[in-house]
Amino acid sequence: MANTKNFAADFPALNQQVNGNRLVYLDSAATSMRPQSVLDAAVDFYSTKGANPHRGVYKMAEEATAAYENSRAAVASYLSIDTDELIFTRNASESLNIVMYSYALDALKPGDSIVIPVSEHHSNLVPWQRAAARTGATLEYLYVDRVTGAISDDELERKITSKTKIVAFAHVSNVLGVLFPIEKLIARAKAVGAVTVLDCAQTIAHMPLDLHALDVDFAAFSGHKMYAPMGIGGLYGKRELLARMEPFLFGGDMIEYVREQDTTFAPAPQKFEAGTQNAGGAVALAAAIDYIKAIGWDILEAREAALMRRLVAGLNGLKDVTVIGDSNPDAPRYGVVAFNLRDVHSHDVASILDSYGIAIRAGQHCAAPLMDYLQLPFKSSCRASLALYNTEEDVDRLLECLPLVRGKMGYGD
Amino acid sequence: MAIDEIYTQVITEHSRDKRNRRHIDHATRTQKGVNPSCGDEIELELREENGVITDAAFTGSGCAISQASASMMADLIRGKTLDEAESICATFLGMIKGDVTDAEQLEVLDEALALQGVSHMPARVKCATLSWHTLKTALGE
Repeated sequence: MANTKNFAADFPALNQQVNGNRLVYLDSAATSMRPQSVLDAAVDFYSTKGANPHRGVYKMAEEATAAYENSRAAVASYLSIDTDELIFTRNASESLNIVMYSYALDALKPGDSIVIPVSEHHSNLVPWQRAAARTGATLEYLYVDRVTGAISDDELERKITSKTKIVAFAHVSNVLGVLFPIEKLIARAKAVGAVTVLDCAQTIAHMPLDLHALDVDFAAFSGHKMYAPMGIGGLYGKRELLARMEPFLFGGDMIEYVREQDTTFAPAPQKFEAGTQNAGGAVALAAAIDYIKAIGWDILEAREAALMRRLVAGLNGLKDVTVIGDSNPDAPRYGVVAFNLRDVHSHDVASILDSYGIAIRAGQHCAAPLMDYLQLPFKSSCRASLALYNTEEDVDRLLECLPLVRGKMGYGD
Repeated sequence: MAIDEIYTQVITEHSRDKRNRRHIDHATRTQKGVNPSCGDEIELELREENGVITDAAFTGSGCAISQASASMMADLIRGKTLDEAESICATFLGMIKGDVTDAEQLEVLDEALALQGVSHMPARVKCATLSWHTLKTALGE
């Protein structure tokens, strides 16, 4: 039965010992490992094609162009968008920076507001701080319910107003893990005429996305959180918005005519892809999509949901462990669960778990304002995150070793 | 295993020890230190009389390694001259960098030697050295 298949065998990096123990990798929300087929795709691109896409007129270059553009088509299809609406970038951060530099700086003026939830990752927060500082707009926060992560209608209506020009939000908080009510946010933003920016880095490998159906204006993601290599990601933008945006990187391959004193730009997406691109990364990203599709969403989602329930229920049952946010094991949770161990700093927990071969994330998770807002001890937390290759044994190993940590720290029962 | 050496009784006790975690009346030098990426923060207070550190203490919060390191440092520099404290500080930072390994030279660090294993844990180096960098800044004033 595919549902019980151990996918970990497909991922070479997972097959190793750490500090004398089997590696239990529970940090896929930071970056997911890559299956052999993805690694092979990158090697194959550089072994057999390897020329610069969009430039040469010889066979190798044409093959490289085809490989790169076929990858774009694969990613566009995965997200239910059109190929000319997908810009390849390095990662979600770069994608969000393009929206900031090429859209927000021109669109915002003093008196306007940008609205984001307080739970945003720094990559969807710092660019908006800078946009506000440079344009005279204000940055306002939606305060989420500390337990459920929900945003009240009242909060939406008070913060998203006729002054609001941009509403940016993650699909799932990389700390709270529960699905955001993004349809409500999008509807409210549309009602006031604001542009919507979705950071789907945390959901892209965990659920099917239909960006046209969601009707967001921009969406950003990273390949390395969806079984692809680091250094490839993407930005979706609505065609009419991309058409009127000024690129923020200038150079080769993004131009139409260049004369001594002026230049016209190629149409999107090329005008946002200056210089030689990460073609091998794009090809590997398409291979990662093939890998996900071959498993299928039904199996993937059911498997991850069952593991997540086991993990959250298990954490609830441990003495001295507090789950952050919604501790209901049945809450719609994608990928991550954050928790703290009483009196112990998350970095100490993570260092000690590492001695058992368990890799978890600890600290602020690039969401310092949320740590402050939640008033967490030490302004930090532990975070375990799951991917399709994790198993019940992985979850149980964490649940078995976590209670040993306080003992190592010199605390009695 | 490195981890067991680091989380020894000494460190886990020091990290919770309240003796050195206090304010000093009439402190002559106070210095804040933070590790923004992990949220560790300490405020070091020193009282110095005629070139001698007559008392040292700190307040703050953070991981066991950062707090234990600060507490051990307070014990080590109390009663020392400013020059001696500076020399102990250089020895500790040298040990964590892996530059100072000579047992005789390291003797001066006493209990803080328990943190030597941190030199093999790059991600935790800044925890162990926070209070010492703070001391260095305080002494440099």
